[in-house]
Amino acid sequence: MKIAIASGKGGTGKTTLSTNLAVYLSESARVALGDLDVEEPNSGLYVQGEEIERHDKFKYVPRWNPAQCDLCGTCQLVCNFNAVLKLGQQIMVFPELCHGCYACSELCPTGSLPMIPQKMGELTVFRRGPLDFVESQLNIGEEQAVPLIKQTLKQMNGSFGDREYLIYDSPPGTSCPVIEVTKEADLVILVTEPTPFGLHDLKLAVETMRELGVEFGVVINRHGLGDDRVERYCAEQSIDIITTIPNHRKIAELYSRGELLYPSIPEVKNALEKIRLYILERRKESRS
Amino acid sequence: MKIAFTTKGKDWDAEMDPRFGRTEYLFIYDEQSGEETSLDNREVQSEAHGAGPKTAQKLAEAGAQVLITGNGPGGNAASVIQAAGITVYIGASSMSVKEAYQAYTSGKLSKQ
Repeated sequence: MKIAIASGKGGTGKTTLSTNLAVYLSESARVALGDLDVEEPNSGLYVQGEEIERHDKFKYVPRWNPAQCDLCGTCQLVCNFNAVLKLGQQIMVFPELCHGCYACSELCPTGSLPMIPQKMGELTVFRRGPLDFVESQLNIGEEQAVPLIKQTLKQMNGSFGDREYLIYDSPPGTSCPVIEVTKEADLVILVTEPTPFGLHDLKLAVETMRELGVEFGVVINRHGLGDDRVERYCAEQSIDIITTIPNHRKIAELYSRGELLYPSIPEVKNALEKIRLYILERRKESRS
Repeated sequence: MKIAFTTKGKDWDAEMDPRFGRTEYLFIYDEQSGEETSLDNREVQSEAHGAGPKTAQKLAEAGAQVLITGNGPGGNAASVIQAAGITVYIGASSMSVKEAYQAYTSGKLSKQ
């Protein structure tokens, strides 16, 4: 079962929930956790393990080879992102704008735009007992997270497809990287907080999930802070509130030291158990 | 010299557009012939990616040798402009095209 932990707003507790849930579930099942927030992965601060593998990850971008080029301009016509432009007697390629679709390269009548590998980041696999943890990190200066997210998901599905739970720690927001992570999940857990910003961005995330047609439920973090507008919104919209996690100074202290919460905070452990039962319930429903 | 301006309108009295890539119009003045040309660049505004290089390409194809603009082009656009051998002058915002031209001829704009 693939479970993505997402949120519209940043800083609501995606990583806190992902890491605690993954380690908690691994007490009774085989679990793989993936940090898909490749622009700033931080699940590794809370889940340490033995490094098993590390790979360079590449994207493929065109490089102009002028020898055979007759400057027909097909390449710039087929590029939707203005990553290839004809300028006078030369073809200019902008690798940061390239989405790696191969159109210019494949459709070039003279084969003058071969695709060349370019390192965009690294993927590392760690093992922590029954939990496997995959972390991908995008190189500084790379503009596009989606290609690395795609490759990381592919590797997780390949290496850990037999695990009972795959937990994806998603990037924040509602743009392409989030859609890439959530679109094939069996369940998306939207983490929010009971504040005006939390509610505002939760609404955006809910709209996105509905557009994608994926199953989702809400976890309210820092419950007790702010007001009850998130709860009222969820009730009006018939959205499940799976559980709440209390606003607690001790949680902030543990978090700031890079420690997991549930071993020493019973309320968090209860919340994780509620999520586990909810997941089982949803799985049963989807099978029947 | 063929001089291009990023502008929000089509003539000398139009306000300068400080943006390069997503400028609404390019106004081109040929000092030798006195010819004035306006290029509509509004379709580039809908481009999600690569507006800068696209506008720069248009500028190069129009044969401009000098660009007068506000903030200055970004990295990708700058490499197209450089390849096309166009000289860039920045700081011409909050003025009309006419005022920008006067600022250029009196040496008040900074060369990028």
